[in-house]
Amino acid sequence: MSRTIDAVVSPTQTNTIPADISGQMLDLDEDDDLEVFSKDSTLADGNMFNASMPTSPGSMVNQCKFEEDEESDSKDIFITVDNPESHVTAIETFITYRVLTKTTRSEFDNSEYEVRRRYQDFLWLKGKLEDTHSTLIVHPLPEKFVVKGMVERFNGDFIETRRKALHKFLNRVADHPILSCSEDFKVFLSAQAWELTTYKKQGPGFLSRMGETVRAVANSVRGVKNRPEEFTAIQEYVEDFSNKIGSLDKVTQRIVKEQKEYLEELKEYGPTYTLWSGSEEELAEQLKGVAGCIERCCKETEEQVGHLSDTLVPVLHEYVLCAETLKAVLRRRDNIQAEFEAKNEALATKKVDRDAESSDLGFVWGSLLGKNPEEARHQRQERLDGEIEELKEEIDKLEDRVEWANNALKGDWGRWQRSMRGDLKSAFLSTAEKNVDYYEKCLAVWETFLLSQRTEPSEETDRDNTP
Amino acid sequence: MVEEGSTLLRRMEISVAEAEKRTGKNTVNMQEIFTVYLIETRPIDAITEGHNPAPDSLWRRYSEFEILRNYLLVTYPFIVVPPLPEKRAEFVWHKLSADNMDPDFVERRRVGLENFLLRVASHSVLSNDKILYHFLTEEHRWKEVVCETGFQAKADSRIKALSATFRVKNPDKRFTEMKHYSDELQSLTSQLLRVRARVADRLYGVYKVHGNYGRVFSEWSALEKEMGDGLQSAGHHMDAYAASVDDMLEEEEHYADQLKEYLFYAEALRAVCRKHELTQYELETASSDLISKKQQREELATGMVRTFSFKGMTNKLFGQETPEQREAKLSLLEEQIVQGEETVTEKTVECEEYVKGAWVDMQRFKEQKDRDLREALIGYAVMQISMCKKGIQVWTNAKECFHKM
Repeated sequence: MSRTIDAVVSPTQTNTIPADISGQMLDLDEDDDLEVFSKDSTLADGNMFNASMPTSPGSMVNQCKFEEDEESDSKDIFITVDNPESHVTAIETFITYRVLTKTTRSEFDNSEYEVRRRYQDFLWLKGKLEDTHSTLIVHPLPEKFVVKGMVERFNGDFIETRRKALHKFLNRVADHPILSCSEDFKVFLSAQAWELTTYKKQGPGFLSRMGETVRAVANSVRGVKNRPEEFTAIQEYVEDFSNKIGSLDKVTQRIVKEQKEYLEELKEYGPTYTLWSGSEEELAEQLKGVAGCIERCCKETEEQVGHLSDTLVPVLHEYVLCAETLKAVLRRRDNIQAEFEAKNEALATKKVDRDAESSDLGFVWGSLLGKNPEEARHQRQERLDGEIEELKEEIDKLEDRVEWANNALKGDWGRWQRSMRGDLKSAFLSTAEKNVDYYEKCLAVWETFLLSQRTEPSEETDRDNTP
Repeated sequence: MVEEGSTLLRRMEISVAEAEKRTGKNTVNMQEIFTVYLIETRPIDAITEGHNPAPDSLWRRYSEFEILRNYLLVTYPFIVVPPLPEKRAEFVWHKLSADNMDPDFVERRRVGLENFLLRVASHSVLSNDKILYHFLTEEHRWKEVVCETGFQAKADSRIKALSATFRVKNPDKRFTEMKHYSDELQSLTSQLLRVRARVADRLYGVYKVHGNYGRVFSEWSALEKEMGDGLQSAGHHMDAYAASVDDMLEEEEHYADQLKEYLFYAEALRAVCRKHELTQYELETASSDLISKKQQREELATGMVRTFSFKGMTNKLFGQETPEQREAKLSLLEEQIVQGEETVTEKTVECEEYVKGAWVDMQRFKEQKDRDLREALIGYAVMQISMCKKGIQVWTNAKECFHKM
C-alpha cells in the first residue's frame, strides 16, 4: 500500500519551536498527534526519489534504513541530493548538485523545491548553522579535497562519494528538531541561485565578525575556570573516541588496500592454470576447472572490496570528522562560559572599585579643576553604579546564553550518541554480512568444482606407487 | 602398469621418521651445522604376522640422498627418476623463511625425502637396485660401496652430454614431443608456483591487518557503555580471524610441494628424452661413418669417383697411388667396416632397447603424474572450502556480536 506524503502530518500539527526547547528535545518519542507511517510506504517513497540517482542496492538500503531510523515515523520533509553536473565559466569549473525537497511543513510556501547547489553553498549553510547554534552538533560535510589520495576533483568516484555525504548532511540537518527550523536551512533548500547570493550577503558585516573572532580567541586563551563535570567527562570521551575512530578509519583503509593488492595477484593466478591446461590431456579439464573457480572468486573479491569502500569506509570517515566537530562544539561552549566568567570578574572588580575609598586619578583631577571633592566622589559613584547595572544586565544575558548552550549541548549529546551507535553498528553489521556472503559464494564455487570431480569415473587402480 | 618382480616396498616398510641437527667438519675442515634424517625400515612379513619388531634405523644427510639419486640417474638413464625435495627454499613469500635450518622447512624436507624413498622403492626397476638396498640398511660402508661402482665418472660425462648441442636426423617423434612437453611443464609449473606464492603473501597481509580491529575494538569497548560487550567479543573474533591464516597457508605449502615435485620431475623427464637423442645421435654417427667407409672402399675398388672427394681431386692433380698402397688401404678399410658394422648393430640394439624401456617408463610416469596432480588439485579445492567455511564462521560470529552492540 502506498500513501502520498501529504498524509504524513495531521493538519493541526505545527512545527513552531516552543519557548522551552530543552523539554521538547527530550520528548521526541511522544508525538501522538502525528500519523505513523507504515514502513512499506516509507520504502516506496524512498524509491521515488532515487529515480535519478544511480541506484546500487547498497545505497538504496542505506537510504531506506536511514529514513526508517527516525524516532517518530513521521518525516515531513524529504531531501535528495543527486545529479551532479559540471559547470564551466570563464573563471572556473565547478560541480553543482540537484537538491530536491518535498515537504508539508507550513513555513515552506511550496511543497516541492528543486534547486542546484555547489559545495561552497553547503559550506556556507554549515557555517551559518554553527554560528547560530554554536553548541548544537552539526553533521560534518565531506572534506574540500582529499590531499592524501591526490584525487581529482572531477573524478567520478570522488563526486559520487561527495554526493552521498552531502545527501546525508542535509538529511541529518532535516532530522534535527532545532536545526531543521533554521531560516538559513529553508533558504538553502528553496531559494533560486541569485536569491541565495543576495541572502548570503546579508548578516553581520566583516568587521563585526572579526570582532567576534577576536573575542572568541581571547576567551579561549583565557580558558574556562569552572567547567561543569559532565562536560569534562564529555571532552575526555571525545578525545578517546577521536583516537579510536581515527584508528578504525586507518585500519579499514589499510584492509581495502591489502584486499585490492590481493585481488591483483589473484587475477594473474587463474590464468596460470589455464595456460597449463593447454599442455595437458587428462588433466586439462580439471586445470580449467580450477582456473574457473579462481576467476569467479576474483569477481566476488572485487564485489566485497567495493562494498567495504562504499559502506564502511565513508561512515568511519564521517565519524572522524564528527569527532573534530564535537571538539569544536565543546570549545565554543567553553568560550561562552569563559565570556560569562570574564564579565563576572569584571563586575566584581567594578564593585570593589566603587566601594573603595581610594584617591584615584579622576578624583585628583577633579579637585585640580576645582570640583568639590564630595561631589566628585558622588559623581564617580553614580558613574560606577551605572556601569555596574549595565554589566549586570549583560551578565544576565550571558548567563541565559550559557544555560541555553549547556542544555542544547546536553540534549544534542544524547541524540548524537544514539546516531553514532546506530550508524556504526549498522555499518559493521553490513560489512560482516557481506563477508559471510562473500565466503558463502566462494564456498559454493569450490564445492561445485569438487562435486564435478567426484562424479567422474575415478581411477580405482591399485595404488602401490604413490605415498 | 608393468611390474617386474615384487617391488621393495612390498617387502619392507620405509619411513623417514625424524630430523636432527649435527655438527661436524666439512671438506674444507670448517665447523658446520647440518641436518640428518632418520630412516627406519621394518620387514613387512614380520608386521603382518602380528609381531611388532623395532625398526632398523640409520641417519642420512641430504647430500647422501643426492649421491644415491645421481647414481640412479646414470645407472638407469631410461627411467624418469623421482626428484629430491628442493635443495634451497624457492618460491618463498615473506612470512616463509628461506633458511634451510627453519623447522618448517626441515619438516617439509623430511616429508619430501620420505616421498622420494617410497617412490623409488615402489618402482618396478629401481627398487631392485642393490645400492638402494644398502642405502636403506648399511649406515657406514654405503658411501664406499657406491663410489666403487664408478658412477661418479659416468655422472660427470652425463652432465656434459646433456648440455651438448648436436643435431639428430631421425629422432623418435614421441620423444621429441615428450621433451617439448617437459620444457612446458617446467615453465608452466614454475610460473604457477611463483604467482601462488605472491597470492599467499597478499592473503596473509589481508588477514593480519584484521588483527588491528581486535585491538582497537577492545580499547574502544572500554569507552562505550551500551556497545562495550558487543565490541569486545567482536574484537576476539577479529583476532581469531587474523590468527587463522597461519595454519591455512602452512597447509597450502604442502600443495605447493606437490606441484614442486612435478616441476623437478619435468627435469628428469627431459633428461630421459635427451639421453635418447644422444643414443640416436651416436647410432646415426656410427651409421654414417660406416656408409662413408663403404663408399671409400667402392671408390678404391672401382677407381671411380662418384662424389666429390679430396682424394678424387688429388688423384686428378697428382696422379693415382700405387697398387700396393691401394691394397693396404683397402684391407684397412675392410677391417674398419667390419668394426663399424658391429658398432652399428650394437648401437641399433642399444637404441631400440633404450626406446622400449624409456617409453614404458614414460607411460608409467604420465599415468602417475595424472593421478597425483588430480589428487593435488582436489586437495587444493578441499583446502579452499575449509578456508571459506572458517571465514563464514568467524564473520557470522562477528555479526552476532555487532547485533548486540
